[in-house]
Amino acid sequence: MKMINDFMTAAADYFPMLIGKGSPKFVTSSGKPVYGIVAEFDETPKVFKAAQHVRDAGYTKWDVHSPFPIHDMEEAMGMKSTKLPLMAGGAAIAGVATAAALQWGTSFVLYPTVVQGKPFEAWQPFVPIMFELGILFTAFMCIFGMLALNGLPRWHHPLFTHDRFMRVGNDKFFIVIEATDPDFDPSKVKKVLEDAGGTHISLIEDID
Amino acid sequence: MSDMQPDEKITKQGSGEVSVQPLPRSMPVVPGTTDDGTLIEDPSVRAPLVLGKRTFREVTDIVCGYAEAPIPKIWLTAFTICSMIAALGTGMILYLIITGVGVWGLNNQVDWAWDITNFVFWIGIGHAGTLISAILCLLKQNWRTAVNRSAEAMTIFAVVCAGIFPGIHVGRVWFAWFLAPVPNSNAIWPNFRSPLLWDVFAVSTYATVSLLFWYMGMIPDLATLRDRAAARLHKGVSREFKMPMPIGDGLPLGFMPRPDSIRLFIYGVASLGWRFSSRHWHRYEKAYLMLAGISTPLVLSVHSIVSFDFATSVIPGWHTTIFPPYFVAGAVFGGFAMVLFLLIPLRVILPNFSDLLTLRHLENMAKILLLTGTMVGFAYSMEFFIAWYGANQYEFAVFANNRVNPAEAPYWWAYWTMITCNVIFPQLFWFRKMRQNPLVIWIVALAVTIGMWFERFVIIVTSIHRAFLPGEWHMFFPTWVDILTFVGSCGIFMTLFLLFLKFLPVFALAEVKVVMPQSHTDDHH
Repeated sequence: MKMINDFMTAAADYFPMLIGKGSPKFVTSSGKPVYGIVAEFDETPKVFKAAQHVRDAGYTKWDVHSPFPIHDMEEAMGMKSTKLPLMAGGAAIAGVATAAALQWGTSFVLYPTVVQGKPFEAWQPFVPIMFELGILFTAFMCIFGMLALNGLPRWHHPLFTHDRFMRVGNDKFFIVIEATDPDFDPSKVKKVLEDAGGTHISLIEDID
Repeated sequence: MSDMQPDEKITKQGSGEVSVQPLPRSMPVVPGTTDDGTLIEDPSVRAPLVLGKRTFREVTDIVCGYAEAPIPKIWLTAFTICSMIAALGTGMILYLIITGVGVWGLNNQVDWAWDITNFVFWIGIGHAGTLISAILCLLKQNWRTAVNRSAEAMTIFAVVCAGIFPGIHVGRVWFAWFLAPVPNSNAIWPNFRSPLLWDVFAVSTYATVSLLFWYMGMIPDLATLRDRAAARLHKGVSREFKMPMPIGDGLPLGFMPRPDSIRLFIYGVASLGWRFSSRHWHRYEKAYLMLAGISTPLVLSVHSIVSFDFATSVIPGWHTTIFPPYFVAGAVFGGFAMVLFLLIPLRVILPNFSDLLTLRHLENMAKILLLTGTMVGFAYSMEFFIAWYGANQYEFAVFANNRVNPAEAPYWWAYWTMITCNVIFPQLFWFRKMRQNPLVIWIVALAVTIGMWFERFVIIVTSIHRAFLPGEWHMFFPTWVDILTFVGSCGIFMTLFLLFLKFLPVFALAEVKVVMPQSHTDDHH
C-alpha cells in the first residue's frame, strides 16, 4: 500500500493533468500548499550532526542536500540501502541472454552458415559478444535505473524557488523536512531544525 | 582588488571585467626548491590533494571560472587552427568516399596500413580515461580526482577519432551498415564468429559506456554551473552577449540573450534537475561504484578484442598469444602519455590549475608510464624470444628481416623509433629528479605518443608487407591523403578537447570536494 501511495505521489508530480494530488495538510497565507521547511548549514560536521538529530527526532520524509556525497551520511540519515545492485544484476543476465539468443538464433537457426569450417556447436566464439552486451545492459541499468529511482530528470522542484538554495552546488548544506511527513508540524519542525543548529530556516511553498 | 567592496566585486565579475578566479597562492613552492609542497617522501604525512588551503567556494570558483569567463584570445586562436585542421580531415574523408580507397597508399599485399594504425592508436589513447575513473576508483586512489574528468573527455574524443577509420576503410562506406547485427538483402546475418564483429561490439559498447560514465560524473557539476548562472541572473550581474573578435574587445550583440540565460538553459537541461539530495547521492555513488566495477573488465576486454583482429589470423607477426595483455599495457601506456601531454601545458596556461593538479599527480602518472613502458618493453622482447624459440622460420623472419635488422628490413627505422620512444625514454623516470620535472615528463609523454603510433605501424605494416611468397612482397608508401587524414583526425580530437576545456567542468568538482579535509564529518580537521 505504501509503495502504491509513493508511486501515485511521484506520478502526480509528472502528470498533474491526469492524477490529482490529495488536499494539502498545510497551506500558507497565500493559499498555496506547503512543501516543507528548510534550514541551512555551513560546515560538513555540523550538517552531519544535524542529520543525526533529525533522524533521532523520528522524521521519515526529509533530506540532506550537500555539494558532494558526505561519507557515512546513509547511516546518519537512517537510509535503507538501494535496490540498484539487484537491478543491475538482472540487467547483466538480460544482456548475456540477449547476446546468446542473437548469436545462436542467427547463426544456428535462421541462417546456419559454415565459416572457415568452424563447427556450429562451438560456443567459444560467442563469448566476447555475450560479455560485451552483459556490460552494456548493466551500464544502462546503473545509470538509467539510478535516475529513475531518484525521480530524475525533473526540471521543476519547489526547492529551486528558494534563493539561498542556489549555493547548494557550491559550499552550503541544507536539511529539508517535507510537509508530507506524518509528524510534520511547522512549529515543531522549526524547533528541531533550530536545535540542530540550522540557520536561515524558512518555509517553502509547493509549486503548481 | 582587495579594497573593492564585495558587491562591487561581484558586479565586476558578473560583467566579465575582472576574473572570477580566486587569487593565486602567495607561496607556490617550498623556498629553495621546485617542490610545490606535495612531494613528501615521509609515509606518515599524507600529501595534500588540493593546494593553497582552498575553501569549497574557491575550488568552485576555480573550476567553474574556466567555463564562465569570456572566451580568451588564446583559446580562440587555438580553436580556429584546430577546427581548420579538423575541416581538412573531413575534406579528406569526403574525398576518399567520393573517389575510393585507391587514394590511400594501400596495395594488394599491404591492405591495412595507416587506417588501422590510426584506429588502434586512437582506441589505445582512449583507454586512460576509463582506467583512471574505474580501476583507480576501485583501488581508492584519491589523486585520480584531479585528472579523471579531463582524461574521460579525452577518452570519448579519442574513441570518436578511432571510430572514423574502420568505418571509412571498408571502401564502399554506404555498406558500413553490414557491421550492424541485421540481415542483409539475402537474409544473411553478419558472422558472429569473426573477431572483426566482436570488435564492433567491443568498441561500440566501450564508446557508449565511457560516454555515459563521463556524463553521469558531470551531472552534479553541470547543476553547479546551472545554479551559478541562475544566481547571476537573479542578482542582475550577468554580462551582455559579446561576439568574440580576433582583435580588440568583443562585439556587443544586443539581440542575443545573455550568456547566462543560454547557460541556464543548456546546463539546466543537461543536469536533469539534480538537486544534490543525499538520497540521490547514495544511489549515485552505488551506480558509480558498479560502473567502475564493470568498466574495469570492459577496458581490459576492448583492447584484447582489438588485438584478436590480428592474433586470430595466421599472418606471421600477428599470430601470437601475447597480444591481448601486450595491447592492453600499450593502451594504458599511450593513454597516460596523452593525458600528460595535454594537461601539463594547462598547468602553465590556466590560472590556479596547478592547485588541483599538483606535482605529485604528475609524479604518480610518470610512475605509471614507467611501469607500463617496462611492461611493453618486456612484451617486445618476449615476442622476439618466442619467434626464435618457437622455431617457425616465417615468424622469425618477420622479426629479424622485416623489423630489426637495418641491413635487411626496409622499415628498421620504424622499429627502432618505437624501441627508443617506448622502452628507453620512460626509463628516465627511475630518477626522482626526472619524474618530478614537468618539462621532462612532457617530453617523454610526447615521445611515447609518437612511439605508440609507430608500434601499431610496425605491427601492422611490417608483418604483412613481406609474408610467405617473395613474389607478393610490396612496400607501403603513404599518399598525401593518408597523411592529411591522420593530421585531420588530430584536429578533430583537439577541437573537441578545446570545446570541453571551455564549456564543461574540467575537474570533477564534487569528487575534488570529497578529498578536501573540510569534507570530513568529524571536527579534528
